Amino acid sequence: MLRGMLEASARPPGPLDRLDARSKLAALLVLLVVISTAHRAFPATAAALALLLAAACVWARVPLPEALRRAAVVLPFTLFFAAVCWMSGDAARGVALALKSYLSCLAVWLVVATTPLPALLRGFESFGAPRFLLLVAQFVYRYLFVIAEEARAMALAAVARGGSARGAFTGSGRGRLLRFRAAAGALAVLFARSYRRADEIHRAMLARGFGGRMRSLDAPRFRLADAAFAACASLLAIGARLAAERLA
Amino acid sequence: MARLVEVRGLRFRYPDGTQALDGVDFTLDSGESVALFGANGSGKTTFAMHLNGLLEGEGEVEVCGLRAGRTNLEAIRGKVGMVFQDADNQLFMPTVLEDVAFGLLNRGLDAAEATARARDALEAVGMAQAAGRAPYHLSAGEKKRVALAGILVMEPEILVLDEPTTFLDPPAQRVLADLLNRLPQAKVVVTHNTPFARTVCDRAVFFACGKIADCGAVEEIATRFDWDFASQETNFER
Repeated sequence: MLRGMLEASARPPGPLDRLDARSKLAALLVLLVVISTAHRAFPATAAALALLLAAACVWARVPLPEALRRAAVVLPFTLFFAAVCWMSGDAARGVALALKSYLSCLAVWLVVATTPLPALLRGFESFGAPRFLLLVAQFVYRYLFVIAEEARAMALAAVARGGSARGAFTGSGRGRLLRFRAAAGALAVLFARSYRRADEIHRAMLARGFGGRMRSLDAPRFRLADAAFAACASLLAIGARLAAERLA
Repeated sequence: MARLVEVRGLRFRYPDGTQALDGVDFTLDSGESVALFGANGSGKTTFAMHLNGLLEGEGEVEVCGLRAGRTNLEAIRGKVGMVFQDADNQLFMPTVLEDVAFGLLNRGLDAAEATARARDALEAVGMAQAAGRAPYHLSAGEKKRVALAGILVMEPEILVLDEPTTFLDPPAQRVLADLLNRLPQAKVVVTHNTPFARTVCDRAVFFACGKIADCGAVEEIATRFDWDFASQETNFER
Protein backbone atom coordinates (compact mmCIF):
# COMPACT_ATOMS: atom_id res chain seq x y z
CA MET A 1 0.00 0.00 0.00
CA LEU A 2 2.81 2.35 1.00
CA ARG A 3 4.67 1.58 -2.20
CA GLY A 4 1.47 2.06 -4.16
CA MET A 5 1.13 5.55 -2.69
CA LEU A 6 4.72 6.31 -3.58
CA GLU A 7 4.36 5.09 -7.12
CA ALA A 8 1.14 6.98 -7.62
CA SER A 9 3.33 10.02 -8.16
CA ALA A 10 5.20 8.27 -10.99
CA ARG A 11 5.63 10.43 -14.11
CA PRO A 12 6.92 9.92 -17.65
CA PRO A 13 10.74 10.13 -17.85
CA GLY A 14 12.26 13.46 -18.84
CA PRO A 15 15.70 14.37 -20.20
CA LEU A 16 17.26 14.37 -16.73
CA ASP A 17 16.11 10.77 -16.15
CA ARG A 18 18.18 9.60 -19.10
CA LEU A 19 21.46 10.96 -17.74
CA ASP A 20 24.00 8.92 -15.81
CA ALA A 21 23.64 9.19 -12.03
CA ARG A 22 27.30 10.17 -11.66
CA SER A 23 26.80 13.20 -13.87
CA LYS A 24 23.82 14.34 -11.79
CA LEU A 25 25.65 13.72 -8.52
CA ALA A 26 28.67 15.72 -9.69
CA ALA A 27 26.44 18.66 -10.65
CA LEU A 28 24.55 18.34 -7.37
CA LEU A 29 27.79 18.41 -5.39
CA VAL A 30 28.90 21.63 -7.11
CA LEU A 31 25.48 23.20 -6.58
CA LEU A 32 25.50 22.30 -2.87
CA VAL A 33 28.94 23.84 -2.47
CA VAL A 34 27.76 26.98 -4.32
CA ILE A 35 24.71 27.24 -2.04
CA SER A 36 26.50 26.54 1.22
CA THR A 37 29.45 28.91 0.61
CA ALA A 38 27.35 31.87 -0.64
CA HIS A 39 27.20 34.71 1.86
CA ARG A 40 27.56 38.01 -0.01
CA ALA A 41 24.22 39.39 -1.29
CA PHE A 42 22.60 36.10 -0.37
CA PRO A 43 18.91 36.98 -1.04
CA ALA A 44 19.78 37.84 -4.67
CA THR A 45 21.95 34.70 -5.01
CA ALA A 46 19.17 32.59 -3.51
CA ALA A 47 16.65 34.05 -5.96
CA ALA A 48 18.95 33.31 -8.91
CA LEU A 49 19.58 29.74 -7.76
CA ALA A 50 15.87 29.22 -7.06
CA LEU A 51 15.07 30.33 -10.62
CA LEU A 52 17.72 27.98 -11.94
CA LEU A 53 16.31 25.04 -9.96
CA ALA A 54 12.74 25.87 -11.02
CA ALA A 55 13.86 25.92 -14.66
CA ALA A 56 15.62 22.59 -14.14
CA CYS A 57 12.40 21.09 -12.72
CA VAL A 58 10.41 22.26 -15.74
CA TRP A 59 13.08 20.95 -18.15
CA ALA A 60 13.21 17.61 -16.30
CA ARG A 61 9.38 17.38 -16.37
CA VAL A 62 9.23 17.12 -12.59
CA PRO A 63 6.00 18.77 -11.35
CA LEU A 64 7.21 22.07 -9.87
CA PRO A 65 4.50 22.50 -7.18
CA GLU A 66 5.17 18.98 -5.92
CA ALA A 67 8.95 19.58 -5.90
CA LEU A 68 8.49 22.85 -3.97
CA ARG A 69 6.20 21.11 -1.50
CA ARG A 70 8.52 18.15 -0.97
CA ALA A 71 11.55 20.38 -0.45
CA ALA A 72 9.69 22.06 2.42
CA VAL A 73 10.12 18.88 4.45
CA VAL A 74 13.41 20.28 5.73
CA LEU A 75 11.87 23.53 7.01
CA PRO A 76 10.58 22.34 10.41
CA PHE A 77 14.18 21.51 11.37
CA THR A 78 15.92 24.56 9.99
CA LEU A 79 13.23 27.10 10.92
CA PHE A 80 13.91 26.33 14.55
CA PHE A 81 17.59 27.27 14.19
CA ALA A 82 16.65 30.22 11.98
CA ALA A 83 14.35 31.46 14.76
CA VAL A 84 17.18 31.10 17.28
CA CYS A 85 19.43 33.24 15.00
CA TRP A 86 16.62 35.76 14.56
CA MET A 87 16.05 36.07 18.29
CA SER A 88 19.77 36.46 18.96
CA GLY A 89 19.71 39.52 16.70
CA ASP A 90 21.14 38.04 13.50
CA ALA A 91 18.03 37.97 11.30
CA ALA A 92 20.01 37.82 8.04
CA ARG A 93 21.79 34.65 9.13
CA GLY A 94 18.44 33.08 10.08
CA VAL A 95 16.93 33.83 6.68
CA ALA A 96 20.05 32.57 4.91
CA LEU A 97 19.99 29.34 6.90
CA ALA A 98 16.35 28.63 6.00
CA LEU A 99 16.87 29.52 2.33
CA LYS A 100 20.07 27.48 2.00
CA SER A 101 18.50 24.38 3.51
CA TYR A 102 15.38 24.74 1.34
CA LEU A 103 17.35 25.20 -1.90
CA SER A 104 19.67 22.30 -1.04
CA CYS A 105 16.69 20.06 -0.36
CA LEU A 106 15.07 21.12 -3.64
CA ALA A 107 18.25 20.21 -5.56
CA VAL A 108 18.51 16.84 -3.81
CA TRP A 109 14.84 16.12 -4.47
CA LEU A 110 15.30 16.88 -8.17
CA VAL A 111 18.12 14.31 -8.41
CA VAL A 112 16.25 11.71 -6.36
CA ALA A 113 13.07 12.17 -8.42
CA THR A 114 14.90 11.62 -11.70
CA THR A 115 17.20 8.74 -10.71
CA PRO A 116 16.15 5.18 -9.79
CA LEU A 117 17.53 4.24 -6.40
CA PRO A 118 19.80 1.38 -7.61
CA ALA A 119 21.41 3.74 -10.16
CA LEU A 120 21.76 6.44 -7.52
CA LEU A 121 23.46 4.02 -5.13
CA ARG A 122 25.83 2.85 -7.87
CA GLY A 123 26.61 6.51 -8.51
CA PHE A 124 27.42 7.02 -4.82
CA GLU A 125 29.61 3.91 -4.92
CA SER A 126 31.66 5.32 -7.77
CA PHE A 127 32.11 8.49 -5.68
CA GLY A 128 33.65 6.34 -2.94
CA ALA A 129 30.71 5.98 -0.55
CA PRO A 130 31.12 2.91 1.73
CA ARG A 131 29.68 -0.15 -0.02
CA PHE A 132 28.20 -1.58 3.17
CA LEU A 133 26.26 1.62 3.81
CA LEU A 134 24.88 1.55 0.26
CA LEU A 135 23.91 -2.10 0.65
CA VAL A 136 21.97 -1.23 3.79
CA ALA A 137 20.24 1.64 1.95
CA GLN A 138 19.22 -0.70 -0.89
CA PHE A 139 17.76 -3.22 1.54
CA VAL A 140 15.95 -0.58 3.54
CA TYR A 141 14.31 0.60 0.31
CA ARG A 142 13.39 -2.95 -0.73
CA TYR A 143 12.02 -4.09 2.63
CA LEU A 144 10.67 -0.93 4.21
CA PHE A 145 7.43 -1.58 2.39
CA VAL A 146 7.30 -5.23 3.43
CA ILE A 147 7.80 -4.24 7.07
CA ALA A 148 5.18 -1.49 6.72
CA GLU A 149 2.75 -4.12 5.43
CA GLU A 150 3.58 -6.33 8.42
CA ALA A 151 2.95 -3.41 10.77
CA ARG A 152 -0.36 -2.76 9.06
CA ALA A 153 -1.36 -6.44 9.39
CA MET A 154 -0.49 -6.34 13.11
CA ALA A 155 -2.53 -3.18 13.57
CA LEU A 156 -5.45 -4.84 11.76
CA ALA A 157 -5.16 -7.89 14.02
CA ALA A 158 -5.24 -5.61 17.07
CA VAL A 159 -8.33 -3.81 15.78
CA ALA A 160 -10.03 -7.15 15.01
CA ARG A 161 -9.63 -8.09 18.67
CA GLY A 162 -11.10 -4.87 19.93
CA GLY A 163 -7.80 -3.05 20.35
CA SER A 164 -6.75 0.17 18.75
CA ALA A 165 -3.85 0.83 16.45
CA ARG A 166 -3.77 4.44 17.62
CA GLY A 167 -3.97 6.31 20.83
CA ALA A 168 -0.95 4.94 22.69
CA PHE A 169 -0.53 8.39 24.22
CA THR A 170 -4.19 9.36 24.53
CA GLY A 171 -6.57 8.85 27.41
CA SER A 172 -5.50 8.89 30.99
CA GLY A 173 -4.54 6.72 33.92
CA ARG A 174 -4.38 2.95 33.71
CA GLY A 175 -5.96 2.74 30.24
CA ARG A 176 -3.24 4.94 28.81
CA LEU A 177 -0.53 2.88 30.48
CA LEU A 178 -1.99 -0.37 29.11
CA ARG A 179 -2.25 1.08 25.58
CA PHE A 180 1.32 2.34 25.78
CA ARG A 181 2.53 -1.10 26.93
CA ALA A 182 0.62 -2.80 24.11
CA ALA A 183 2.10 -0.42 21.52
CA ALA A 184 5.62 -0.97 22.89
CA GLY A 185 5.07 -4.74 22.80
CA ALA A 186 3.85 -4.57 19.19
CA LEU A 187 6.91 -2.55 18.25
CA ALA A 188 9.16 -5.18 19.85
CA VAL A 189 7.38 -7.94 17.92
CA LEU A 190 7.78 -5.97 14.70
CA PHE A 191 11.49 -5.56 15.42
CA ALA A 192 11.86 -9.29 16.12
CA ARG A 193 10.04 -10.13 12.86
CA SER A 194 12.26 -7.74 10.92
CA TYR A 195 15.34 -9.27 12.49
CA ARG A 196 14.20 -12.78 11.54
CA ARG A 197 13.44 -11.65 8.01
CA ALA A 198 16.90 -10.08 7.71
CA ASP A 199 18.42 -13.37 8.85
CA GLU A 200 16.43 -15.31 6.23
CA ILE A 201 17.34 -12.87 3.47
CA HIS A 202 21.00 -13.24 4.39
CA ARG A 203 20.70 -17.01 4.20
CA ALA A 204 18.99 -16.77 0.80
CA MET A 205 21.86 -14.57 -0.41
CA LEU A 206 24.51 -16.94 0.90
CA ALA A 207 22.73 -19.87 -0.74
CA ARG A 208 23.25 -18.14 -4.10
CA GLY A 209 26.94 -17.49 -3.55
CA PHE A 210 26.85 -13.94 -2.16
CA GLY A 211 30.37 -12.91 -1.24
CA GLY A 212 29.79 -9.42 0.17
CA ARG A 213 29.51 -7.45 -3.04
CA MET A 214 26.33 -6.69 -5.02
CA ARG A 215 27.02 -6.96 -8.71
CA SER A 216 24.89 -5.31 -11.33
CA LEU A 217 23.66 -6.40 -14.75
CA ASP A 218 23.84 -3.03 -16.45
CA ALA A 219 27.21 -1.33 -16.35
CA PRO A 220 26.40 2.40 -16.58
CA ARG A 221 28.19 4.28 -19.35
CA PHE A 222 29.37 7.81 -18.87
CA ARG A 223 28.76 9.44 -22.25
CA LEU A 224 29.67 12.80 -23.69
CA ALA A 225 26.15 14.07 -22.94
CA ASP A 226 26.63 13.20 -19.27
CA ALA A 227 29.93 15.07 -19.10
CA ALA A 228 28.38 18.03 -20.93
CA PHE A 229 25.46 18.12 -18.49
CA ALA A 230 27.72 18.00 -15.43
CA ALA A 231 29.89 20.80 -16.83
CA CYS A 232 26.98 23.02 -17.97
CA ALA A 233 24.97 22.59 -14.76
CA SER A 234 28.03 23.35 -12.62
CA LEU A 235 28.94 26.42 -14.69
CA LEU A 236 25.34 27.67 -14.58
CA ALA A 237 25.23 27.40 -10.80
CA ILE A 238 28.57 29.17 -10.37
CA GLY A 239 27.60 31.76 -13.02
CA ALA A 240 24.22 32.46 -11.39
CA ARG A 241 25.90 33.11 -8.05
CA LEU A 242 28.63 35.34 -9.50
CA ALA A 243 26.10 37.34 -11.55
CA ALA A 244 23.79 37.82 -8.56
CA GLU A 245 26.67 38.92 -6.35
CA ARG A 246 27.95 41.39 -8.99
CA LEU A 247 24.50 42.88 -9.66
CA ALA A 248 23.53 43.27 -6.02
CA MET B 1 21.52 -44.33 -10.26
CA ALA B 2 24.33 -42.20 -8.91
CA ARG B 3 24.29 -41.25 -5.27
CA LEU B 4 24.00 -37.50 -4.89
CA VAL B 5 23.60 -37.04 -1.15
CA GLU B 6 24.80 -39.19 1.69
CA VAL B 7 24.25 -38.05 5.27
CA ARG B 8 25.50 -40.08 8.24
CA GLY B 9 24.84 -39.40 11.91
CA LEU B 10 24.06 -35.70 11.47
CA ARG B 11 23.52 -33.82 14.72
CA PHE B 12 22.85 -30.13 15.17
CA ARG B 13 22.14 -28.02 18.22
CA TYR B 14 21.03 -24.36 17.98
CA PRO B 15 22.80 -21.79 20.18
CA ASP B 16 19.76 -21.70 22.49
CA GLY B 17 20.35 -25.38 23.29
CA THR B 18 17.59 -26.89 21.12
CA GLN B 19 18.74 -30.23 19.74
CA ALA B 20 17.26 -29.87 16.22
CA LEU B 21 18.93 -32.92 14.64
CA ASP B 22 19.89 -35.99 16.61
CA GLY B 23 21.61 -38.52 14.36
CA VAL B 24 20.08 -38.30 10.89
CA ASP B 25 21.01 -40.78 8.16
CA PHE B 26 19.74 -39.99 4.68
CA THR B 27 20.51 -40.74 1.03
CA LEU B 28 19.36 -39.20 -2.23
CA ASP B 29 20.01 -40.64 -5.70
CA SER B 30 19.97 -38.80 -9.02
CA GLY B 31 16.50 -38.24 -10.47
CA GLU B 32 14.86 -39.02 -7.14
CA SER B 33 12.35 -36.75 -5.37
CA VAL B 34 11.95 -37.10 -1.63
CA ALA B 35 9.38 -35.44 0.60
CA LEU B 36 10.34 -34.54 4.16
CA PHE B 37 7.33 -34.90 6.44
CA GLY B 38 7.11 -34.22 10.15
CA ALA B 39 5.58 -31.96 12.75
CA ASN B 40 6.62 -28.33 13.11
CA GLY B 41 9.97 -28.16 14.86
CA SER B 42 10.88 -31.76 14.04
CA GLY B 43 14.07 -30.72 12.21
CA LYS B 44 13.06 -30.81 8.52
CA THR B 45 14.15 -27.29 7.59
CA THR B 46 17.28 -27.49 9.73
CA PHE B 47 18.20 -30.67 7.89
CA ALA B 48 17.48 -29.08 4.49
CA MET B 49 19.78 -26.16 5.32
CA HIS B 50 22.66 -28.58 5.94
CA LEU B 51 22.40 -29.81 2.35
CA ASN B 52 23.26 -26.33 1.06
CA GLY B 53 25.94 -25.70 3.66
CA LEU B 54 23.93 -22.97 5.39
CA LEU B 55 24.32 -24.82 8.67
CA GLU B 56 27.15 -27.05 9.79
CA GLY B 57 26.56 -29.76 12.38
CA GLU B 58 28.36 -32.85 13.62
CA GLY B 59 28.38 -35.93 11.42
CA GLU B 60 29.01 -36.44 7.73
CA VAL B 61 27.28 -34.71 4.83
CA GLU B 62 28.46 -35.61 1.37
CA VAL B 63 26.98 -33.86 -1.67
CA CYS B 64 27.91 -35.05 -5.16
CA GLY B 65 31.06 -36.61 -3.74
CA LEU B 66 32.05 -33.43 -1.90
CA ARG B 67 32.36 -33.45 1.85
CA ALA B 68 30.38 -30.52 3.28
CA GLY B 69 32.62 -28.02 5.01
CA ARG B 70 34.05 -24.54 4.63
CA THR B 71 36.51 -25.56 1.91
CA ASN B 72 33.79 -26.96 -0.38
CA LEU B 73 31.08 -24.45 0.43
CA GLU B 74 31.09 -22.66 -2.91
CA ALA B 75 31.09 -25.90 -4.92
CA ILE B 76 28.29 -27.38 -2.81
CA ARG B 77 26.13 -24.29 -3.17
CA GLY B 78 26.60 -24.63 -6.91
CA LYS B 79 25.31 -28.22 -6.76
CA VAL B 80 22.40 -27.63 -4.38
CA GLY B 81 19.83 -24.94 -5.13
CA MET B 82 17.60 -23.94 -2.26
CA VAL B 83 14.15 -22.38 -2.65
CA PHE B 84 13.05 -20.80 0.63
CA GLN B 85 9.59 -20.86 2.16
CA ASP B 86 8.87 -17.15 1.84
CA ALA B 87 9.75 -16.09 -1.70
CA ASP B 88 9.78 -12.45 -0.57
CA ASN B 89 12.97 -13.20 1.36
CA GLN B 90 14.58 -14.64 -1.74
CA LEU B 91 13.66 -11.84 -4.15
CA PHE B 92 15.68 -8.92 -2.89
CA MET B 93 16.88 -7.26 -6.10
CA PRO B 94 15.06 -4.30 -7.71
CA THR B 95 13.87 -6.24 -10.78
CA VAL B 96 13.00 -9.85 -11.53
CA LEU B 97 15.76 -10.16 -14.15
CA GLU B 98 18.42 -8.79 -11.79
CA ASP B 99 17.24 -11.15 -9.09
CA VAL B 100 17.44 -14.22 -11.30
CA ALA B 101 20.91 -13.17 -12.48
CA PHE B 102 22.14 -12.54 -8.90
CA GLY B 103 23.70 -16.00 -8.43
CA LEU B 104 25.35 -15.97 -11.85
CA LEU B 105 26.99 -12.60 -11.24
CA ASN B 106 28.27 -13.92 -7.90
CA ARG B 107 29.84 -16.77 -9.83
CA GLY B 108 31.72 -14.24 -11.93
CA LEU B 109 29.78 -14.46 -15.20
CA ASP B 110 29.77 -11.28 -17.28
CA ALA B 111 26.58 -9.22 -17.46
CA ALA B 112 25.66 -10.20 -21.05
CA GLU B 113 25.87 -13.94 -20.40
CA ALA B 114 24.12 -13.62 -17.04
CA THR B 115 21.29 -11.66 -18.69
CA ALA B 116 20.86 -14.24 -21.46
CA ARG B 117 20.81 -17.16 -19.04
CA ALA B 118 18.47 -15.37 -16.64
CA ARG B 119 16.03 -14.74 -19.50
CA ASP B 120 16.19 -18.43 -20.46
CA ALA B 121 15.46 -19.46 -16.87
CA LEU B 122 12.49 -17.08 -16.70
CA GLU B 123 11.23 -18.53 -19.98
CA ALA B 124 11.52 -22.04 -18.51
CA VAL B 125 9.25 -21.16 -15.58
CA GLY B 126 6.83 -19.18 -17.74
CA MET B 127 7.78 -15.79 -16.31
CA ALA B 128 9.65 -14.23 -19.26
CA GLN B 129 7.14 -11.37 -19.44
CA ALA B 130 7.97 -10.32 -15.87
CA ALA B 131 11.71 -9.74 -16.43
CA GLY B 132 11.55 -5.96 -16.00
CA ARG B 133 9.00 -5.93 -13.20
CA ALA B 134 9.71 -5.35 -9.54
CA PRO B 135 9.35 -8.57 -7.49
CA TYR B 136 6.87 -6.99 -5.05
CA HIS B 137 4.37 -6.53 -7.88
CA LEU B 138 4.09 -10.29 -8.47
CA SER B 139 1.50 -12.65 -7.05
CA ALA B 140 2.58 -15.34 -4.57
CA GLY B 141 2.62 -18.01 -7.30
CA GLU B 142 4.63 -15.79 -9.64
CA LYS B 143 7.11 -14.97 -6.87
CA LYS B 144 7.60 -18.66 -6.22
CA ARG B 145 8.26 -19.35 -9.90
CA VAL B 146 10.74 -16.46 -10.11
CA ALA B 147 12.50 -17.73 -6.96
CA LEU B 148 12.73 -21.13 -8.66
CA ALA B 149 14.14 -19.51 -11.81
CA GLY B 150 16.82 -17.83 -9.66
CA ILE B 151 17.88 -21.30 -8.54
CA LEU B 152 17.49 -23.14 -11.86
CA VAL B 153 19.69 -20.60 -13.61
CA MET B 154 22.60 -21.87 -11.48
CA GLU B 155 22.04 -25.34 -13.02
CA PRO B 156 22.06 -27.24 -9.72
CA GLU B 157 21.97 -31.03 -9.56
CA ILE B 158 19.73 -31.02 -6.52
CA LEU B 159 16.76 -28.80 -5.67
CA VAL B 160 15.80 -28.27 -2.04
CA LEU B 161 12.37 -26.69 -1.63
CA ASP B 162 11.21 -25.54 1.78
CA GLU B 163 7.41 -25.53 2.03
CA PRO B 164 6.97 -24.68 -1.67
CA THR B 165 3.17 -24.50 -1.52
CA THR B 166 2.96 -21.91 1.27
CA PHE B 167 0.83 -18.89 0.21
CA LEU B 168 -0.16 -20.63 -3.05
CA ASP B 169 -3.76 -21.21 -4.11
CA PRO B 170 -4.66 -24.66 -5.57
CA PRO B 171 -4.21 -23.64 -9.25
CA ALA B 172 -0.79 -22.14 -8.46
CA GLN B 173 0.12 -25.33 -6.57
CA ARG B 174 -0.81 -27.37 -9.65
CA VAL B 175 1.31 -25.13 -11.89
CA LEU B 176 4.26 -25.50 -9.52
CA ALA B 177 3.87 -29.30 -9.26
CA ASP B 178 3.70 -29.55 -13.05
CA LEU B 179 6.81 -27.40 -13.38
CA LEU B 180 8.74 -29.44 -10.80
CA ASN B 181 7.78 -32.71 -12.47
CA ARG B 182 9.29 -31.48 -15.73
CA LEU B 183 12.64 -30.70 -14.10
CA PRO B 184 15.29 -33.43 -14.27
CA GLN B 185 17.00 -32.50 -10.99
CA ALA B 186 16.76 -34.60 -7.83
CA LYS B 187 14.50 -32.90 -5.31
CA VAL B 188 14.14 -32.68 -1.56
CA VAL B 189 10.76 -31.17 -0.70
CA VAL B 190 10.02 -30.05 2.86
CA THR B 191 6.24 -30.00 3.06
CA HIS B 192 3.08 -30.55 5.09
CA ASN B 193 1.09 -30.82 1.89
CA THR B 194 0.56 -34.54 1.32
CA PRO B 195 -1.35 -34.26 -2.00
CA PHE B 196 1.47 -32.07 -3.37
CA ALA B 197 4.08 -34.59 -2.17
CA ARG B 198 2.13 -37.43 -3.84
CA THR B 199 2.25 -35.52 -7.13
CA VAL B 200 5.92 -34.56 -7.02
CA CYS B 201 7.78 -37.11 -4.89
CA ASP B 202 8.65 -40.79 -5.22
CA ARG B 203 9.28 -41.41 -1.54
CA ALA B 204 9.02 -39.70 1.82
CA VAL B 205 10.88 -39.65 5.10
CA PHE B 206 9.22 -38.74 8.37
CA PHE B 207 11.04 -36.58 10.89
CA ALA B 208 10.28 -36.77 14.61
CA CYS B 209 12.33 -35.11 17.37
CA GLY B 210 15.32 -34.50 15.11
CA LYS B 211 15.49 -38.05 13.79
CA ILE B 212 14.14 -39.87 10.78
CA ALA B 213 11.42 -42.05 12.24
CA ASP B 214 10.68 -43.90 9.01
CA CYS B 215 10.95 -43.76 5.25
CA GLY B 216 9.08 -45.32 2.34
CA ALA B 217 6.61 -44.54 -0.43
CA VAL B 218 4.72 -41.25 0.08
CA GLU B 219 1.38 -43.02 0.45
CA GLU B 220 2.78 -45.54 2.89
CA ILE B 221 4.35 -42.88 5.14
CA ALA B 222 1.27 -40.65 5.00
CA THR B 223 -0.93 -43.57 6.07
CA ARG B 224 1.45 -44.84 8.75
CA PHE B 225 1.75 -41.45 10.44
CA ASP B 226 -1.82 -40.33 9.70
CA TRP B 227 -0.28 -37.44 7.77
CA ASP B 228 -3.16 -36.39 5.61
CA PHE B 229 -5.91 -33.87 6.28
CA ALA B 230 -8.61 -36.25 5.02
CA SER B 231 -7.22 -39.37 6.68
CA GLN B 232 -9.23 -42.40 7.77
CA GLU B 233 -8.92 -41.29 11.38
CA THR B 234 -10.53 -37.96 10.66
CA ASN B 235 -14.26 -37.79 11.17
CA PHE B 236 -15.70 -34.40 10.40
CA GLU B 237 -19.21 -33.73 11.54
CA ARG B 238 -21.10 -30.65 10.47
